[in-house]
Amino acid sequence: MIDEKCKVIEHRELGSGYRFISFEAPKIAEGATPGQFVHVRVPGLEASALRRPFSIFNAEEGRLELLYKTVGRGTAALNGVKPGDVVSVMGPLGHGFPLKCGGAALLVGGGYGVAPLYFLARLLKAQGLSPLVFVGGRTKDDLLALDRFEALGVEVRAATNDGSFGAKGLVTDPLDDELIRLRGEGGKFELFACGPDPMLKAVALRATGTGSKGWISMDRHMVCGVGACYACIQKTVRGNSRCCIEGPVFAAEDLVW
Amino acid sequence: MVNVNVNLGGLEMPTFLATASGTFGYGFEYVGAVDYSKLGAVTAKGIRVEPWPGNEIPRHAEVPGGLVNAIGLQGTGVEHFLKYTVPWYREQVKGVPLIANIWGSSVEGYAEVAAQMGDAVDAVEMNVSCPNVKAGGHTFGQDPKVLSEVVSAVRKATKLPLIVKLAPNVPSIVPYVKACEDAGADALSMINTIPAMVIDIEKRVPVLANVTGGLSGRGIHPAAVKLVYDAHKATKLPILAMGGVYEPKDAIEFLLAGATAVAVGTATFSNPGTVSEVYDGVVAYCERHGFASVSALTGALAEG
Repeated sequence: MIDEKCKVIEHRELGSGYRFISFEAPKIAEGATPGQFVHVRVPGLEASALRRPFSIFNAEEGRLELLYKTVGRGTAALNGVKPGDVVSVMGPLGHGFPLKCGGAALLVGGGYGVAPLYFLARLLKAQGLSPLVFVGGRTKDDLLALDRFEALGVEVRAATNDGSFGAKGLVTDPLDDELIRLRGEGGKFELFACGPDPMLKAVALRATGTGSKGWISMDRHMVCGVGACYACIQKTVRGNSRCCIEGPVFAAEDLVW
Repeated sequence: MVNVNVNLGGLEMPTFLATASGTFGYGFEYVGAVDYSKLGAVTAKGIRVEPWPGNEIPRHAEVPGGLVNAIGLQGTGVEHFLKYTVPWYREQVKGVPLIANIWGSSVEGYAEVAAQMGDAVDAVEMNVSCPNVKAGGHTFGQDPKVLSEVVSAVRKATKLPLIVKLAPNVPSIVPYVKACEDAGADALSMINTIPAMVIDIEKRVPVLANVTGGLSGRGIHPAAVKLVYDAHKATKLPILAMGGVYEPKDAIEFLLAGATAVAVGTATFSNPGTVSEVYDGVVAYCERHGFASVSALTGALAEG
C-alpha cells in the first residue's frame, strides 16, 4: 500500500450521475487485484476532509480506472477534477476476490457495484475461464460498462426494475435461471457479488449452505481505509470485522446479516 | 542539527512526535504510507483485559473541521495483544517505542491490564477519558478522587513510564493534573475527544448508533492548546499533547504552550504524510528561531 500522486488521464460523465475517471498510477496498478479499493484525497474538499474509498474498476498497464456515482459531498467535489490534475490516491487496499474458481464463475453486480466486476472478469478470462456477468439496476441508465464487458467478450445478462433493458425484475431473476440450469446438470459454481446490501444478502444466501462458494464485496463508510480506526465494521462469524482490511470481499458463509 | 529527541516521563522518544491512540491501529497498519523514522513513539489502540466488540455502526460522522466518532474501544484483549500484536509490531516497525493504551471497567481491570503488559511495551497510557464507553474510561476521568485511585492502582502494577490521558470536558484541568501527579503518574496526555453529537435532520435521528461520540480533528486544536497551557502551569509532569495537529504550526503551538511531545491523530486519516510534514516543519522552525533542540521549545512562550 502506498500513497501515490496520480495524474488524471480521463474523466467523463456516463449519464445519470455516473462517471468514469482514470489515473496514471503505475505503483498502485501494478499491485492491484480485483475487489480491492483505493482511498482518494478529493481535491476541492478542505484539506482535513476524510478520503473517499472507490472500488477499482480496472488496473492495467499503469492505469487505474474507477467508476463512481455522485452521491454526496465527496463525489460532487471529485466531479471537478480535470485531466492533468494530480490526486493523492492510497492503494491498493483491502482483500479482493479470489482469482480462482471451482466451477462456473457467476459475477453479480447492482448499479455501480459492477465496478470491481469488470477487473475480475478480465482476470478470470485471462486464466481461460468464462465468467458470466449478471447486472441489475432500476433502469437501463444504471447498467454500467456494458460496452467494456462486450469488448472483453464476456456474456452479460441484465435485469432492470422497469424492464427498460434486459429482463424486468431483479438481477437475482436471471441469476436464479442460471442456477437452476446449473443444478439440473450437477454443475458447480461460485458467486462473486458487489452492489447494494439487499442484493448482496440475496446473493450470499444463494451460496451459503449449498456447498458453493460466494464472495461478497461489502460497501461500508470508511475513515482510514487501512484497518487503523475500526469505523467500517461488518458483522461476521468472527465478530466485528473491518470492511477495509478484512474485506471488502468476505466469504458469504462468514457474513452475519 | 536540531536535537529532536525528548524524554517523556522516562520514555526516551527518538523524536518529539507520536501517534494518538485510536487513530493508528496497533501501529503497523500505516507501514508504507507513513515515514516511521520521524516518529518518536506509536500509541496503540486501547486494550483491556478481555476483548471488547465496540459499538454498532455508524461509528463516525464527518463534520466541518473534524470527525465525530463512537468506535467504542473495539479491541483484542491483552493476551492477544501480547502474543500477536506486539511481536508483529516489533517486526514491522524498528526503533519506534510502543505505548500501550489501556482501559478497564474497574480499578482492578486497569491494574490487571497494566500488570500483564510487563515490559513488553515501552510505556503505558491510561485512558480515563473515552466518551464512548459507559462502563469505563470516562467515568474515571471525571472525579479527581476516583482518578487518583485508579492511577495509584496502575502505578503499583507497572514500572513502565505511566502516562494518563485526561478528559477535556472538566471545569478546570488543574485538580486532575494534581491527582495524577500525587498518584505517581510520569506524564500526562491531552486531550481526548470532546463529547459531541450529530443529528440527521431529514430522518430526525442521531447519526451515530451510540447517539453521542467524541469530536476530534482540526476544530478542537485551540481548545487543546488552552488545556495544555493550563496543565503545564500547574505541573512539572511532561505533557504529550494532541488534538487537531495537521501542520507544523499546530505542533509548535502545543510545544510553546508547554508540551514535551506532540501526537498526530485524525489528520493521518486524510493525509498519512502529516507526520512527516509536521516533523520537517518543527525542525525548520527550530533552525529559523535558533533553538538547538525541540525540547527547548517546551513552554517557551515569550515573556510579557
